[in-house]
Amino acid sequence: MTESPADGVTDASTDPESGASSSDPSPAGWGDGTAVLEIDGLQKQFGGITAVDGVSFDVEQGSITGLIGPNGAGKSTTFDLVTGFTRADAGSVRFDGRDVTGLRPHQIAQAGLVRTFQITREFPDMTVLENLMTAPPEQRGESLARSVLPGTRRGVIEQERELVDTVWETLDLFEIDHLAEEYARSLSGGQRKLLELARAFLTEPELLLLDEPMAGVNPTLEEKLLDRIHDLRAEGYTFLLVEHDMDLIMEHCDRVVVMHQGAVLAEGEPEEIRDNERVIEAYLGGNV
Amino acid sequence: MTDESDDVGEDGAGPREQDSRGPLSDMRTTVREYTDRITEWMGERSRWKADALVVLSALVLVYALITLLAYGQGLDMNGIVNTLVRLTFLMAAYGLLVLALNLHWGYAGLFNIGVAGFMSVAVFTLAFVSGGQGVGLGYPIWVGMIAGMVAAAALGLLAALPALRLRADYFAIVTLGIAEIVRFTVKSDWVDDHRVLGREVGLGAGSSIQVPSAQEYVLKLFTEDGTSRADPTFVGAQLFELGSWFGIDRPTVMSAGYALLLVVAVLLAYVLLSRIAYSPFGRVLKAIREDEGAAQALGKPTSRIKIYSFVLGCALMGLGGMLWQASRFTVAADAFMPIVTFYIFVALIVGGSGSNAGSIVGGIAFVGLLLQGPRMLPRVINEQWESVPEGTNTIYEAVTALGGADIMPLIGYSIANIDLLQRLFVGVVLILLMLYRPDGLLGHRKEVAAATDLSRPEGETDD
Repeated sequence: MTESPADGVTDASTDPESGASSSDPSPAGWGDGTAVLEIDGLQKQFGGITAVDGVSFDVEQGSITGLIGPNGAGKSTTFDLVTGFTRADAGSVRFDGRDVTGLRPHQIAQAGLVRTFQITREFPDMTVLENLMTAPPEQRGESLARSVLPGTRRGVIEQERELVDTVWETLDLFEIDHLAEEYARSLSGGQRKLLELARAFLTEPELLLLDEPMAGVNPTLEEKLLDRIHDLRAEGYTFLLVEHDMDLIMEHCDRVVVMHQGAVLAEGEPEEIRDNERVIEAYLGGNV
Repeated sequence: MTDESDDVGEDGAGPREQDSRGPLSDMRTTVREYTDRITEWMGERSRWKADALVVLSALVLVYALITLLAYGQGLDMNGIVNTLVRLTFLMAAYGLLVLALNLHWGYAGLFNIGVAGFMSVAVFTLAFVSGGQGVGLGYPIWVGMIAGMVAAAALGLLAALPALRLRADYFAIVTLGIAEIVRFTVKSDWVDDHRVLGREVGLGAGSSIQVPSAQEYVLKLFTEDGTSRADPTFVGAQLFELGSWFGIDRPTVMSAGYALLLVVAVLLAYVLLSRIAYSPFGRVLKAIREDEGAAQALGKPTSRIKIYSFVLGCALMGLGGMLWQASRFTVAADAFMPIVTFYIFVALIVGGSGSNAGSIVGGIAFVGLLLQGPRMLPRVINEQWESVPEGTNTIYEAVTALGGADIMPLIGYSIANIDLLQRLFVGVVLILLMLYRPDGLLGHRKEVAAATDLSRPEGETDD
């Protein structure tokens, strides 16, 4: 284990700011290098176990950032902390320069920081169309009064018609339009992943946090999903994804953050991470 | 989506253009205009025509069965009609309460097992605000009814604020607890014998009290002072005359009037809840029922939406409670035992939770087939059989008699203890339903929560 790797990978425990301040040349397709998400010193204990122990890293605007680490490294807990599903014991999360630490999950989602779940959480007894129609933000008809009172419903219906157009475009984009009328519970695992991604995408997020989006997805579908993610990135979306497939991370991410035992072990570009001995030792068991 | 093709009336309206012009065609056009207007009111996606067909079918079936039973009891025309009026009243009361519960359980997935408590609060608030000397403050009944609904809503809010953060099963315990707290509060001396605004008021400390009812308004449409012996009003005179042609007496006509008021209340609640069902608000409610965390991850303020729907449902339960339990002009705290909530839940499950039409069908089927029907059986048997078998004192004796191939003691026992067996029957039906038809009589209907048609918009290609 080297104390300061010659290849320039920053040791996160000594320099947590590196992601934002490093002057690494950005690969084509990146944004302007500003951090859209700044995570600083997040901590969470469950009982006596420290699940997340002072995690700090940044996600740059317009990047696809991979979050990897062995099982139990605290990746999913970090997701929960960032998106407000679990309250952090310490640390802060800034999104778009705004402090979102301690906000409720729906407030964080409304701010544009939207997540998917490791085990898909579709609405099983609702059709695929209903699932997707639920997602768009600021729907007039979500006000009880506007849904019920006479006279106000016209505007609700108008907006619904616009949403139907958007939803069908999304269905086509994710190639699940043939499933539109099905109940979500009847979808296959891979189709549910697509549905969840499509639904998250319809919330008009700035940054999508995808928790193992490729788990259980067949290779063909995986290619499609990745194409979709690259397309969306080109349109200015930012992605942070947890993934176990090393090849996938190395091939598709601009930046990689490695977590181990609740802390950030290393972060940098894929090639740097691949050669980092600490990462190899901790995560890959030293065999690669 | 095949929703439109299910709609009754659509098919019948097809050959409309070919009709030769005439009174019939004019009438059809008029009917068509009205149904269009209702459709617009109910929401574009509403399946009210299909709903109406389902509800009417259930109604006709239950009416036919009960008429048969009433006839079997040896009742005359007036007796049969009176039975049906009583049945309609109960079906409407249940329908209203089941609709409200469907908003909680069927839509938002809120496991409210304290329905009786929210009914009770409204009824006793009505008694306090509008009751006569010794009971309440004597304000007009409509003021009391509004106050009752507000009180039920306020109790709902009080329960919801802390409790909606709890998991579904803990929430259920809280609602049950609240219902029992309300019942025992009303039973306590603490709310009896007070002087408020210079009047003696009190909720009876467990014994029955006089309670005003909206029925008073209805009865006064028929006669001067609302009793059947008083001079009839103009409207009353016409209706009594009409009734007498069929051998129906005054009290029956008057109670039919009140049953009709409840039916109207059910229709209004159905319209209100359908508008919610076919709206983005209803969609979020369903999403919360399915997976609240996922709904939050989509940026939906689930707590607020749950509170709104819970409070609205509670207000409707209050209304249902007042229209139902105040109708006898007397009420006691123990009219709101947990069994009341249980029956309403059974009715919802029978009909199919998550569906407004299913809720009404559930009310009809439960009251007709499980509540009233079985209770009529003993008298039918008494009437029809020459010698009714002697009942034994215990079910044990009746069952041991079966060993001697003698079924008569069991039949006799059943007739004598029908109230007991009826509850057993409800339980058995509930178990069978859970096993074979967990989605209720109406099954799993696709009632898509949206204010507009979700099928692919015109002009788009399919790839």
